[in-house]
Amino acid sequence: MNAFLADAQAFLPVLLMGLLVTLELTVCALSLSLALGVVWVVLGRARFAPWRWLSQTVITVVRGIPIIVQLFFIYFVLPDWGLDLPPFLAGVIGLGLAYSVYQAENLRGGIGAVDRGLIEAGDALGMNRFTLWRRVILPLGLRHALPSIGNTMVMLLKDTSIASTITIAELTREGQLLAISTFKNGSVYALIALLYLTASLPLGALVRLLERKGRLA
Amino acid sequence: MITLAGVTKRFGERAVLKGVDLAVARGEVLCLIGGSGSGKSTILRCINGLERHDEGEIHVGGTRVDAAGLQAVRRRVAMVFQRFNLFPHRTVLENVIEAPVHVHGEAPAEARARALDLLARVDMADHAHSLPGALSGGQQQRVGIARALALRPEAILFDEPTSALDPERVGEVLRVMRELAEEGMTMLIVTHEIGFAREVADRVAFVDQGVIAEQGAAAEVLTHPREARTAQFLARVLQKG
Repeated sequence: MNAFLADAQAFLPVLLMGLLVTLELTVCALSLSLALGVVWVVLGRARFAPWRWLSQTVITVVRGIPIIVQLFFIYFVLPDWGLDLPPFLAGVIGLGLAYSVYQAENLRGGIGAVDRGLIEAGDALGMNRFTLWRRVILPLGLRHALPSIGNTMVMLLKDTSIASTITIAELTREGQLLAISTFKNGSVYALIALLYLTASLPLGALVRLLERKGRLA
Repeated sequence: MITLAGVTKRFGERAVLKGVDLAVARGEVLCLIGGSGSGKSTILRCINGLERHDEGEIHVGGTRVDAAGLQAVRRRVAMVFQRFNLFPHRTVLENVIEAPVHVHGEAPAEARARALDLLARVDMADHAHSLPGALSGGQQQRVGIARALALRPEAILFDEPTSALDPERVGEVLRVMRELAEEGMTMLIVTHEIGFAREVADRVAFVDQGVIAEQGAAAEVLTHPREARTAQFLARVLQKG
């Protein structure tokens, strides 16, 4: 135990730097995934059929390819086509895109739960499609989707570890480097596991807070 | 003000409206009565385009109800719903200013002042900052009426405004509607409140199986119906009441 504490003291500064990158990656990819998720849902409900096909195709393709392969594609293949992205940006785009299809699914469920009468009320008040989405459908759909979005958020936090494969110095990569150089696999991976777990706990609290704030009575 | 000529509407195989002719004059209060499934709510919903009618013509103040005229029509007629349909994530005041500010671009301060006046009129000013979920049905429906009035409509469509209310809450909503009628608002009301119709309506139209089976002065239709089916319906409803 004393050995572990000594290791912790030695490794934590580096690992915490990695955790910071992990959190930055999570926040950026989460924002992108939600924004893109909204796009897929809006396109998926468009009147113009090709928009719906586009949305469906993106969701099917992205969902069917492993995240790690998507990241490799963005980081290693796009440069061949002249698009050379820095690792962090490539990670945000890859994870954001991969997770956007799950967010789209979450949002679709939430939007499906919006009372039809409220949409009619917006129509009757003369709202155009854009105003209706902005003022009624999205705010209410997001509230309904919040629990599943929270769940997806925790999954995303953990899956940022995949970005270690494209040289982003996040928690898992910093840990791997430590483990390789010190051979203290047990201490390092135990610390990494604890840090991911610790980081995931406030997310649950955050979702509960948002749910309480968004309560409708 | 509102005219329907030969309006039909089908839902799949089922013909709901089979040629409706109806006219509501400016300042008139017209009550639509009839059994459930007779098509009376569908008539309202076709007027402001919540349902698209199949054949026939609907005009509101000279504007034809079609894809091109819909926005203009929705500016002129407001709607009050059976289940209130207040936006649950916005306060009472926000519900009332929603359309003026976010649809018609009215200045928020001005809209707010006007909304507070309207809320005072329906006796809900004290609840301006409550969420709808905290209010009784009668209170919500009065807010629904204030929200409709905030559009400065030329006519208001009421779709069974008291049907979802507890019996002791019906009176407060009918009182507000009576005041509107006295002020000369054009109102088209789908209702089961025969007493209210007799007292407030200028005319009553009885809807049966997708057509207007009988219409005329309220007292006339409700007291001495010409059609046997009107008489049957009234007997059934009044017996229940």
